[in-house]
Amino acid sequence: MSSLAVRRSKDYAVKAISTGFAVLALFLLAWILFTLVQKGLPALGLNVFTQVTLPPGQNGGLLNAIVGSLIQIGIAMVIGTPIGLLAGTFLAENGKTTTVGHVARFVNDILLSAPSILVGLFVYTFLVAPMGGFSGWAGAVALAILVIPVVVRTTEDMLNLVPVGLREAAFALGAPQWKVVMLITWRAARAGIVTGILLAIARAAGETAPLLFTSLGNNSWSTDLSKPMASLPIAIYQYAGSPFDDWVSLAWAGALLITVGVLVLNVASRLFLARNR
Amino acid sequence: MTSAVDPTFNLSSSVAARPDAPPAPAKIKVENLQFYYGSNHALRNINFEVPEKRVTAMIGPSGCGKSTLLRIFNRMYDLYPGQRAEGAVLYDGVNIVGKELDPTIVRTRIGMVFQKPTPFPMSIYDNIAFGVKLHEKLNKAQMDERVEWCLRKAAIWDETKDRLHTSALGMSGGQQQRLCIARTIAVRPEVILLDEPTSALDPISTSKIEDLIDELKQEFTIVIVTHNMQQAARCADITAFFYLGELIEVAPSDVIFTNPKEIKTRDYITGRFG
Amino acid sequence: MDATMNGTGSPSAGGALESISSARAVGRTADAIFVALLWGCGIFVLILLGLIIAMLFEGGLPAFRNFGLDFLWTATWNPVTENFGALVMIYGTLFSAIIAVVIALPLSFGIAFFLSEIAPESLRRPIGVAIQLLAAVPSIIYGMWGFFIIAPLMAAYVQPPLIDLLGPLPVIGLLFQGPALGGGMLTAGLIMAIMILPFITAMFVETLESVPPMLKESAYGVGATTYEVYKNVSIPYGRTAMVGAIMLGLGRALGETMAVTFVIGNATRLSASLFAPGATIASTIANEFPEAAQGSLKLDSLLALGFILFVISFIVLALSRFLVRSNLKS
Repeated sequence: MSSLAVRRSKDYAVKAISTGFAVLALFLLAWILFTLVQKGLPALGLNVFTQVTLPPGQNGGLLNAIVGSLIQIGIAMVIGTPIGLLAGTFLAENGKTTTVGHVARFVNDILLSAPSILVGLFVYTFLVAPMGGFSGWAGAVALAILVIPVVVRTTEDMLNLVPVGLREAAFALGAPQWKVVMLITWRAARAGIVTGILLAIARAAGETAPLLFTSLGNNSWSTDLSKPMASLPIAIYQYAGSPFDDWVSLAWAGALLITVGVLVLNVASRLFLARNR
Repeated sequence: MTSAVDPTFNLSSSVAARPDAPPAPAKIKVENLQFYYGSNHALRNINFEVPEKRVTAMIGPSGCGKSTLLRIFNRMYDLYPGQRAEGAVLYDGVNIVGKELDPTIVRTRIGMVFQKPTPFPMSIYDNIAFGVKLHEKLNKAQMDERVEWCLRKAAIWDETKDRLHTSALGMSGGQQQRLCIARTIAVRPEVILLDEPTSALDPISTSKIEDLIDELKQEFTIVIVTHNMQQAARCADITAFFYLGELIEVAPSDVIFTNPKEIKTRDYITGRFG
Repeated sequence: MDATMNGTGSPSAGGALESISSARAVGRTADAIFVALLWGCGIFVLILLGLIIAMLFEGGLPAFRNFGLDFLWTATWNPVTENFGALVMIYGTLFSAIIAVVIALPLSFGIAFFLSEIAPESLRRPIGVAIQLLAAVPSIIYGMWGFFIIAPLMAAYVQPPLIDLLGPLPVIGLLFQGPALGGGMLTAGLIMAIMILPFITAMFVETLESVPPMLKESAYGVGATTYEVYKNVSIPYGRTAMVGAIMLGLGRALGETMAVTFVIGNATRLSASLFAPGATIASTIANEFPEAAQGSLKLDSLLALGFILFVISFIVLALSRFLVRSNLKS
């Protein structure tokens, strides 16, 4: 039996340590952001947005990498969003209690946390090797595979929040299922679905590993999707590991850009959801 | 359990016995209906008739099967795998629970209003236009006219005419429920099913809906499920009492509430159980 | 009052309708297509996972054929003699991931306690979101930060005193051997701990919020302190899901690539030391893939490594999901 005083001080100590841990986590976030600003901001000149990657010492930029990233993310979203939306709808509606539905839900949870580098390997063996070369298409497909489970999960969760009565009311007017889903259920859940899509973009934007063996990276200007294509994360990876100071600075500038972009997307999507609930 | 429903019981003639009610033919005829939720036999051997352009109330304790029967009338159970109906529900002589008939057709003729108001997340106008557009191609002027027509029928035109293009979610609960009735009328059904339409509403909204039901029976056949026996007594021409998945008694409302034949019915309406 | 009754806009109900049996349903084809699309996309997700497993297995098959099951416990990785084994990487993958979980766990328990019991209501959401943002930072950023900021700090302030202090001890000293290079297993585990912390914390908080208030109140009612309720009521109540959350963190750490590649040192040697450079499956694939020619045994071996990583992750993630969902049901 411990006395009341001992128990109280123990309670106090654990509370203090827990608060300390939370402060530590916030401090780590601040530290990472501070490092990015400190090292990235000075390197973030106009050249970053107007020049393509050039040999060291020539004041190059990241234009090709930024554009390459935008193209690949754009295509990944065009492929991944409809598939994810429909698959998520399947899980919330027709497939809800079926065996296929249960297994698909399980598989999607696995895909959501599966190592992204394996998605890169998969696309390499499935697309790059048979087609005979690295390409922007392969990079976009790899990103699409990462986007799908995010969209599936949020879509299913958000559709499950739509009251059953709303669906039934639409059916009761004699509406076919596709109209009920597209005009009523999706509409009622649209804030959540949009949030999921924004989070998926944020995920695709920061992924490096799946692009290593798919779109590979490209040091010159190229918008040809059948050729290797540059991307911001790959450019950062190459430059950060290089022995040249100006390349490393450029990597920090890219890192700042990508992190700000991803965090803004995250915060914006959460605010959007909170406001539209 | 023995059923007091005499298969030869003729609703039309008993309704006709009331001085204010001319004989009404059956709009919906339920014959030997069984219903199953998976292996649970929820409705047993139901036989009864819903007269045209009358208000029929279905009462009984929770779980007695009254809502289940209502949801059979417009094939709502089709949305859920594992639920199935056997027997026949004849609508103008056509069996509507048969697989061969598309549920969307049934639902166009037999509309439904739910327990809780279910406004769609769109404007008042679009709420009504949604159902109409499913079945008809109207131009703008015709649609405007249709919207006004059904909002007037549902007695909320005056409250909504200046805000037709604002979100329906901003209306009060009672207004929302009348909008849902308007939305159902807009599709021009012949039958309107009301599933405890006032249980989520305050007394004033409730009495407005009850007045509305009285108006609507001029043109529509109405079936209402209710927990509120006064409501059934006030609104309904015919009342059917269900208990444990069986139809115990069906009779003109004034008869069932003053002089029921069955002991179970008497116990229920005097509040001895349920 | 009725509106005027002309045109088709305001018909009276129950007019001249054709018999219901002759009415034709419109849009049935569209509905059939839509339903087929839903099923198709649901099944596509299934096929996708199957395809990934199949392609990795098929790609790694030549390596398995060549080395047999010995591939799993051979510690050699020699591209010159074309002698490949996965042991070093499997060891590195598990070791670094376990370090990450060991570091993240107390932090997650503390932060979850803070967020669910201590923090004022108005601060819970902003602080919770800020901690979730740690999970949103791309892994390559963690790699750079770890490489340029954390590793030098480890080399200067953390590793040397630990080597001096604990290195001479028997058994436990084996963990603290070698030069203070900054990188290595511990640094990789530390970085990954920060990355998985938000996932574990979020699931902890979710579980804690599902504890019935009555349960907690009755414990408070007999005079328990906040910490005692947390330890003796909330954690036992949610323990299945919390173990699931820990497994999810482990699963994430097992497959982490970019952050690890920057700091682990990428040495294909086996060492027990926390400070020795090592390799994980993911970092090896990222590093060596560019130098592997198509059709080479090295490429096959890398794909075989990928398959092994997939199997390990799959088991851990499946277990995690099973635990989390079984708790939700009960």
